[in-house]
Amino acid sequence: MNFKKKLGGAMLAAVMSTTAFHGAFAADDTIKIGVLHSLSGTMAISETTLKDVMLMLVEQQNKKGGVLGKKLEAVVVDPASDWPLFAEKARQLISKDKVAAVFGCWTSSSRKSVLPVFEELNSILFYPVQYEGEESSRNIFYTGAAPNQQAIPAVDYLAKEEGVKRWVLEGTDYVYPQTTNKILKAYLMSKGVAEADIMINYTPFGFSDWQTEVSKIKAFGSAGKKTAVVSTINGDANVPFYKELGNQGIKAEDIPVVAFSVGEEELAGLDTKPLVGHLAAWNYFQSVDADVNAEFIKEWHAFTKNDKRVTNDPMEAAYIGFNAWVKAVEAAGTTDTDKVLDSIIGVSVPNLSGGTSTVMPNHHITKPVLIGEIQADGQFDIVQETAPVVGDEWSDYLPDSKNLISDWRKPMACGNFNVASGKCGGKGS
Amino acid sequence: MLIRLFSLIFLILSFAAPSFAQSDPKPLINHLAKADFAEAEALLGQIAATGDTRVVPALQAFSDGDLYFRKSDNLVFIGKAAGAGFDLIDPVTGASAGQAAKNAVTKIKINNNLRRVIRSAMGGLTLMSPDRGVRLSAADAVLRSPSAENLDLVEAALAKETDREVKARMEEARAVSVLSSDRSVDEKRGAIQTIKALGGRNALGILGSVSGSIDASLKPDLDAAISAIQSEQQLWDMGQNVWYGLSLGSVLLLAAIGLAITFGVMGIINMAHGEMVMLGAYSTFVVQQLIRDHAPGLFDWSLAIALPVAFLVTGAVGFVIERGIIRFLYGRPLETLLATWGVSLILQQTIRSIFGPTNQEVGNPSWMSGSFPIGGMTITWNRMWIIVFSLTIFFALLFVMKRTAYGLNMRAVTQNRRMASSMGIKTPWVDALTFALGSGIAGIAGAALSQIDNVSPNLGQSYIIDSFMVVVFGGVGNLWGTLIAALSLGVLNKFLEPVTGAVLGKILVLVLIILFIQKRPRGLFALKGRAVEA
Repeated sequence: MNFKKKLGGAMLAAVMSTTAFHGAFAADDTIKIGVLHSLSGTMAISETTLKDVMLMLVEQQNKKGGVLGKKLEAVVVDPASDWPLFAEKARQLISKDKVAAVFGCWTSSSRKSVLPVFEELNSILFYPVQYEGEESSRNIFYTGAAPNQQAIPAVDYLAKEEGVKRWVLEGTDYVYPQTTNKILKAYLMSKGVAEADIMINYTPFGFSDWQTEVSKIKAFGSAGKKTAVVSTINGDANVPFYKELGNQGIKAEDIPVVAFSVGEEELAGLDTKPLVGHLAAWNYFQSVDADVNAEFIKEWHAFTKNDKRVTNDPMEAAYIGFNAWVKAVEAAGTTDTDKVLDSIIGVSVPNLSGGTSTVMPNHHITKPVLIGEIQADGQFDIVQETAPVVGDEWSDYLPDSKNLISDWRKPMACGNFNVASGKCGGKGS
Repeated sequence: MLIRLFSLIFLILSFAAPSFAQSDPKPLINHLAKADFAEAEALLGQIAATGDTRVVPALQAFSDGDLYFRKSDNLVFIGKAAGAGFDLIDPVTGASAGQAAKNAVTKIKINNNLRRVIRSAMGGLTLMSPDRGVRLSAADAVLRSPSAENLDLVEAALAKETDREVKARMEEARAVSVLSSDRSVDEKRGAIQTIKALGGRNALGILGSVSGSIDASLKPDLDAAISAIQSEQQLWDMGQNVWYGLSLGSVLLLAAIGLAITFGVMGIINMAHGEMVMLGAYSTFVVQQLIRDHAPGLFDWSLAIALPVAFLVTGAVGFVIERGIIRFLYGRPLETLLATWGVSLILQQTIRSIFGPTNQEVGNPSWMSGSFPIGGMTITWNRMWIIVFSLTIFFALLFVMKRTAYGLNMRAVTQNRRMASSMGIKTPWVDALTFALGSGIAGIAGAALSQIDNVSPNLGQSYIIDSFMVVVFGGVGNLWGTLIAALSLGVLNKFLEPVTGAVLGKILVLVLIILFIQKRPRGLFALKGRAVEA
């Protein structure tokens, strides 16, 4: 007991030591926005970059004269990869720092943790990461990809261009891969793929010994039908996975792997020569050939004072979310949550792939889906680009959610309207 | 519909014209400039059909993503990056075609499907190469991408081939091509036997791919061949599993062996052990970075150079931690636990501040990349070297502990501190050195683990639990116990994994260990005598 108390105390101390550095004291002529990304702990690897992007965007906006004639001020807090702490920090940002909107979260667990806080205190969260869908909140904008903006087009590409008939759905054991794979399985079976031709596999977080899994994939792929792997493997587990693929000699020509969580940032820790030809599906790649992208990369390198820093998809999602918020605030003439929620729907802002993204009534956005092949230099070569796709929050391929739609415009203003029963509220949350 | 038909006709016309000029593949290659993936596939078929081996460099360049077209005139060249632009090379003659700025040329897009087509086409075209190695890999390429078009080429090459090994490979390649051709049933039956003799996963794939389309009278032969290969493969899979288990065990051993000293021998609950492993990995990264910048020729030696560096760096850090913190906490395990845990957080955040939170790339030297087959098993080089390496460290450590004066002092101090002290041994000094040794070994382990895992500030956390598990299971204070525990846990894990899946497998292993510890609280090999009470 004594021991437990001491351990708890030490944990608290550690958490406090890594917590929060605040921006300068606010003056009345500034608008504050919150940045809620982990700067320590396991998720720091991904989220620190997004904090930097937000600071850059704020700086740029201030150079342009700020918003509504006031300067923007970013309040950065560190939820330390700890899901309950996310809720605490969100509450602090909204109640104590009085921020106008919050940009943050990475994992679905952290988003689920802060969701009730945003609804209770009526503030706005912009969530910039691809996720599994099956959620719609009045106070959250999902600027990352929903499954239909990433997973389904990727599977379509493999089936059409590479003639894939047999599928390995390989994922890390948590909510995003589980839900995505459920959707993909239903989708593939609706396209006539036999159940025996789909293998679903999960591994724990941070899994590093991929020998058995990779040889299982090899065995599954030797049934005479073209096989591909759809990977929802998360974070750190990817590096050993790709290393094992390379070492066991699985070439992209034989068994291609398409990943939904591997971007430029993840590849930076890898020798990509054995991986050329493996795929990823995103809504943005650093290699996108567009003037606005070239400009963004230039500013990013200047801001970080490091011309080796890569850009990636969640950064684009943060960029779109921020600009949409700025435009909505200027249209509303105030940062008042209810007014901004009304004015932001239908707002169109440029995205980094050369088109525009529009905020839809379901609080998701439109964006094109890009399929890229890994190159020897750690970048992606884009082999396919679709027309802009509207994010679909309730998947059409899951029995629980296929009748649900979300439309936050008045008078409907409902996140889970059941088109079969004609009532707001149904299965799902 | 009409438009589609029209464009189809147009496509046929535009291809038909150059295809008359059978002897000259150049116009075909130039057409690649504006072709989409489907058109490029058709063009590649025609290029291969010219039988002109001069196109091989162009195909290779296409496959490697080095084929470009000039925007001004849509002519296709092989491009080699040179300074700010490209050196252009004629795709057929190989003559230099001047230079071009980066934005004057566009890379011709390639995807996996086209790479496959190219591989097969190149296989067919290089079967007659004067170079034995090229012929062998050509036969391999045909073997891996069966197509009826290559059959005539293989047979022509086979008639001329004199080298035995190449000939055998070509026989197999021929069998593969025969199966997907419209040859007679008897010939196909022979081909099935050849492929059956070949064995392995590839053969299974080849046989499986034709099972739907093959003549009904051949079906029994085919099924028999498939099940024969499968039952043979099952045996090999068993061996492969043992190998995977040993390999996982060797990683566990590496991670745990430093802890076997600091926790096992000294009794310090050392939560910062994982961070020592991480520091070792970062030392390797820094050494590699220096070598890349200053002496790229030494790259294959970078690991050998990094090992002593990692040992010294982490050993020194361990020494400082022992002198600065731990020595005040001997005999107070809970405080030690908290203090070392705090140290681990500090070290993590320090590394995060210096190197950033993202993964760092540690390259594999060439002798640690790839794999080699033993029968139906695939042995990857990096795993093999790690097994060898961890055993070497283990026995070196055993030697130090059992056969040197320093080892004797160390054992004396841990067994009976006061007695050792009265015999004139400087116990504080021995403590510090022992902790430094344990830390240094963890650092060496980190250098090795950097080859198979992420080098990130979180590296250590993922090993700390496994390390304690191994040391406790093996029996605290017993090096041999650590070895046996690591290897047996590895093998157990790998036999559970295919049956239960990775997630459940890991849980089962933990449950089994908990049950085992209930029965034998002191682990596999418990130390007896006074040492236990100390």
